Amino acid sequence: MQIMKLDTLAQSIGEWLRGTGPESDIVMSSRVRLARNLPQYPFVSRASEQDRADIERFLRERIAMSSAGPGLESIDVGGLEEIDRQFLVERQLISREHADAQGARSVAIDKLEQVSLMINEEDHLRIQCIHSGLDLRGVWEQIKVVDEQIEQFVPYAFHPRFGYLTACPTNVGTGIRVSVMLHLPALVITRQIDKVFRSLHKISLAVRGLYGEGSQAMGDFYQISNQTTLGKSEEELVEQVGDVVPVLIDYERRAREFLVRETEQNVHDQVSRAYGILRTAQTISAEETMQLLSRVRMGVLLGLIGDVKIADINSLLVRTQPAHLQKLRGIELDTKDRNIERARYLRQHFEAGGQNVN
Amino acid sequence: MKCQQCDKQAVFHITELETGAVRELHLCEDHARVYLNQTEGGGGSADEAEDAAAAGGAAGQLGVGQTADELAALDQKACDMCGITFFEFRNQGRLGCPHDYVQFAKELEPLIVNIHGATEHTGRRPSRSPTTVETAAASGTAELTGVIGLRREMKDAIACEDYEKAKENRDAIRAIEDRWIPPARPDSQE
Ligand SMILES: [Zn+2]
Ligand SMILES: [Zn+2]
Repeated sequence: MQIMKLDTLAQSIGEWLRGTGPESDIVMSSRVRLARNLPQYPFVSRASEQDRADIERFLRERIAMSSAGPGLESIDVGGLEEIDRQFLVERQLISREHADAQGARSVAIDKLEQVSLMINEEDHLRIQCIHSGLDLRGVWEQIKVVDEQIEQFVPYAFHPRFGYLTACPTNVGTGIRVSVMLHLPALVITRQIDKVFRSLHKISLAVRGLYGEGSQAMGDFYQISNQTTLGKSEEELVEQVGDVVPVLIDYERRAREFLVRETEQNVHDQVSRAYGILRTAQTISAEETMQLLSRVRMGVLLGLIGDVKIADINSLLVRTQPAHLQKLRGIELDTKDRNIERARYLRQHFEAGGQNVN
Repeated sequence: MKCQQCDKQAVFHITELETGAVRELHLCEDHARVYLNQTEGGGGSADEAEDAAAAGGAAGQLGVGQTADELAALDQKACDMCGITFFEFRNQGRLGCPHDYVQFAKELEPLIVNIHGATEHTGRRPSRSPTTVETAAASGTAELTGVIGLRREMKDAIACEDYEKAKENRDAIRAIEDRWIPPARPDSQE
């Protein structure tokens, strides 16, 4: 395991954003995370400064000696500047909670940015695995191996009846959170999205917006995940989420067909205007950018815009976020200057015919 | 602590645990009754009624049928290992250590049923873990959580300059860790 330099990360983009994989026109990514804790320490919120440092070192060293270790690089999150922590959040390598937490904490990631191991988040260890498109099976198979490899060197807090023990009882049992990130612009435009979500809640699935705080989704990106973690096996929970995805994909496809059939001119107009603003704006907020990129993404998939690649839009969704913009520019910028820099970055990107430009 | 809805003393402390959010209610007897009746009754959309029923269920198990004294006693119950009280857990929504699931098993169970609709883990197990409740006493987790308590005592002993006791605890911790923590790989890569 090596210590990583963040600036090299800014030049690349996570494998899960490459916009390929099954159903990737609607399913952005598939993700699984496992919550694990050491039995010999208090949970993080009750751990002393010294405990947290000991937990971090114990897990980092033990993970390094496992078969999972050689492919991983460790980042000392506790020692990072605010902007660098934000950068990792934007890439979905750490959570907002992990970024904002106190004391010793770190994350280990693999080169493809598919695997990330957060140490001292809400639980001592959070293992996360993410793939592009719809691939929950593949993600589960990968994370299961990582979990087993680490377990060879790390004792996990486990109870014969309650399963893996977690800081919050909402995660106890399997400690698993299975989720898919969906792009559902047509369901939003046709105002069917709320109905869909109500039906998901009835079958114990949670819905969250991407990047947006709370339930307000930005850019029509939604995360669907399991709500319960105890009483069903990991495979059953993976299936529970997996089973509902084809239904949602079908709804979204039908809504897209409806839009094209019934309101083609309207949709074409909306998409073209969105594309026009992204190519010409002189200052633009992160929120508006995401909303417009979402519309353009749909336009590309409907064949209304020809010269943009889905992978590029996925990449722009991350690179136009505040910390990424500043990293790519190499200087700190306030909100006003970021909006100007964002517009400049977008114009340059589209002028260059979709080639990534810094 | 005062009732959140009037000036009377709060005697019912209700924790509502939903995914990602914990809501605390501190109510006097009258307001608790009103609240619990509300949440058990119908009204609103099907979803709201469902949520309310779920919340009422959890609150009921933590509140109804227990006197203020019983609740106060429950709140003061503390974990032998990490020292967290049940009151602190209800306030923060986060447990103190893995041993809490043993120490507060009876209190946590209704909450766990309410969240998951189940109390039995049926998924994967660490390869070293025991498969039945009977053998749990001998499991690594049961012994290793003891280290949390021993470490706490050791700190206190050092503070009281009782170095004899501190040394005993240190040795006890080492013995448990040697028994249950898998040996490190000496030739670990990088
Ligand atoms: Zn009152
Ligand atoms: Zn405890």
